[in-house]
Amino acid sequence: MPLIEFQDFSFKYYGADFLALKKVNLTINEGEYVIITGPSGCGKTTLCRTINGLVPQFHRGYIAGNVIVDGMNTREHTVAEMATIAGLVFQQPENQLVTLNVEKEIAFGPENLGVDPVEVRRRVEELISLLDLEHLRDKHPHEMSGGEQQRVAIASTLALKPKILVADEPTSNLDPKSAELILDIISKLNKRDMTVILVEHRLDLVSKDASRIVLMDRGRIVADGSPREILVMDLCQEIGVGVPKATLVYKSLRKRGIDLESVPLTGEELANLVKEAA
Amino acid sequence: MIILENVHFAYDGIYTALQGVSLQIGDGERVAIMGTNGAGKTTLVKQLNGLLRPHRGRVFLDGVDTKRYSVAELAREIGLVMQNPDHQLFLDSVEKEILFGLKQLGFSSEDARVRCEKTLSNLGLEHLSERSPFTLSGGERKRVALASVLATEPRVLVLDEPTIGQDAKQKENLAQMLQDLNEKGRTVIVVTHDIEFVIENFPRTIAMANGTIVADGPTNSVLSNDDVIVRCSLTAPQLTIAARSIHSVFPEVPERLTLLSNLEGEIVRVLRGV
Ligand SMILES: Nc1ncnc2c1ncn2[C@@H]1O[C@H](COP(=O)(O)OP(=O)(O)OP(=O)(O)O)[C@@H](O)[C@H]1O
Ligand SMILES: Nc1ncnc2c1ncn2[C@@H]1O[C@H](COP(=O)(O)OP(=O)(O)OP(=O)(O)O)[C@@H](O)[C@H]1O
Ligand SMILES: [Mg+2]
Ligand SMILES: [Mg+2]
Repeated sequence: MPLIEFQDFSFKYYGADFLALKKVNLTINEGEYVIITGPSGCGKTTLCRTINGLVPQFHRGYIAGNVIVDGMNTREHTVAEMATIAGLVFQQPENQLVTLNVEKEIAFGPENLGVDPVEVRRRVEELISLLDLEHLRDKHPHEMSGGEQQRVAIASTLALKPKILVADEPTSNLDPKSAELILDIISKLNKRDMTVILVEHRLDLVSKDASRIVLMDRGRIVADGSPREILVMDLCQEIGVGVPKATLVYKSLRKRGIDLESVPLTGEELANLVKEAA
Repeated sequence: MIILENVHFAYDGIYTALQGVSLQIGDGERVAIMGTNGAGKTTLVKQLNGLLRPHRGRVFLDGVDTKRYSVAELAREIGLVMQNPDHQLFLDSVEKEILFGLKQLGFSSEDARVRCEKTLSNLGLEHLSERSPFTLSGGERKRVALASVLATEPRVLVLDEPTIGQDAKQKENLAQMLQDLNEKGRTVIVVTHDIEFVIENFPRTIAMANGTIVADGPTNSVLSNDDVIVRCSLTAPQLTIAARSIHSVFPEVPERLTLLSNLEGEIVRVLRGV
């Protein structure tokens, strides 16, 4: 049985005059690492909210079709019931932070789920050290820089130990080094057992980790496949997807009659292919 | 001309966010500020329009200490787009949001309307003009915040993380608008983590860490300095990584290539053996 299944799912926000999601069919299995990308406004955040039940439980509106997550129909379960299954890192980290300091923020989720206090402490300490938050431990979440807030938001979602991590542009405020660090952590957790669904515009950073890219445009899924299949499609540039530069070099070489052995997603991969071909 | 002279700033007296920052930005420059999360970039740009005032040191605009100006007076010269659009947007329609800023600065209704329409269409927001900013997607909301400042074409534009939430096409549109404004003589200052956006659009880069400036100079030399890269938590862009690695085997390929067309040309040369 798939872990997540969208069955002809459509959604229109209350008061809106168009569908944010249009007849979406999507199946995601346990252990996958799926990148959702597509132009601004195409419905990526709405799709994320659907997986953890915020749509339709919190964001109301017209719905058709069903979304089944880990056997539960999101029409019939509260956001709290969905919380250990699908943990969402919000696009705007500040909107996710609700407590008075970083330590409390990370503990907040698991405490509310009734996790044993000793285990909560253990998770808080582990995440503070893993995400390099020691110097921020006592700070008020609203008195931090954008990138610091984003790291805390990621930590508090990971503290839930969700079966599925849904992260909505989790690197948008991060400096390149901490983006790398966070993506490495996510990739390791995925290899262990966490299913990952990540919304991202900066495909140069994440494509190498993912097993699959789902491309959206205007509320629909317009392509779905492995990163190397999807990123060479002209459709990507047509709708405004940020194709990694290494992949773009591959594409323009091919136009000039030079076919490299495979599609590179990173600078190293491109260099190695060139060295092999020479 | 903007001059910062040994600027210090501490939030609530405990967290020292700026520890003696000095810099000069001339009229018509395009400057990028990059660096570690928490380095003080946002704190720095807020000193420019008076949202924050230095605790020590001074900020000059055209030779006048800005402590003599109110925030409203500075706003006529310096337009700031904040990192988080939620801190900036407060009206219930996109159009009202843009027109408000224009009217504040004294543009006539007619002129304001023309500018509003033009800016909305340049940023791909024309179909959203009646919408409430609070029902928009993250990227759309950021573009509304950008539009409200870009429409006024201030002498100095300061954009804190303008590419957050933007797809490749929107980023190109934005770069084009910034170039057009710069050609009209506007100074453009951006804070960003997007190294490719910087390489393609900004000739000068200031790199920060721990409340100080670590490097300030031509983008190409600042961003190819390994020491700066490490200290300011940056990483080399894909094309540079590829060029370096190819250079290690084919020394005739320059290791500092940052533009796609150049690297492509070199690879063709290597593979065709010409
Ligand atoms: N309102 C505040 N109160 C207390 N400390 C703050 C506040 N805002 C920022 N800081 C602290 O000041 C320092 C500089 O923050 P600033 O927002 O200028 O960083 P930044 O370089 O813009 O980082 P980022 O890349 O994450 O946006 C950080 O250590 C941050 O924790
Ligand atoms: N609360 C809301 N009410 C009405 N319309 C909404 C609401 N939230 C989002 N929308 C609209 O639904 C569409 C999809 O929004 P969504 O936030 O899912 O886009 P996105 O792909 O995440 O975009 P971005 O990359 O800019 O974050 C957009 O056109 C947006 O304007
Ligand atoms: Mg979004
Ligand atoms: Mg900042």
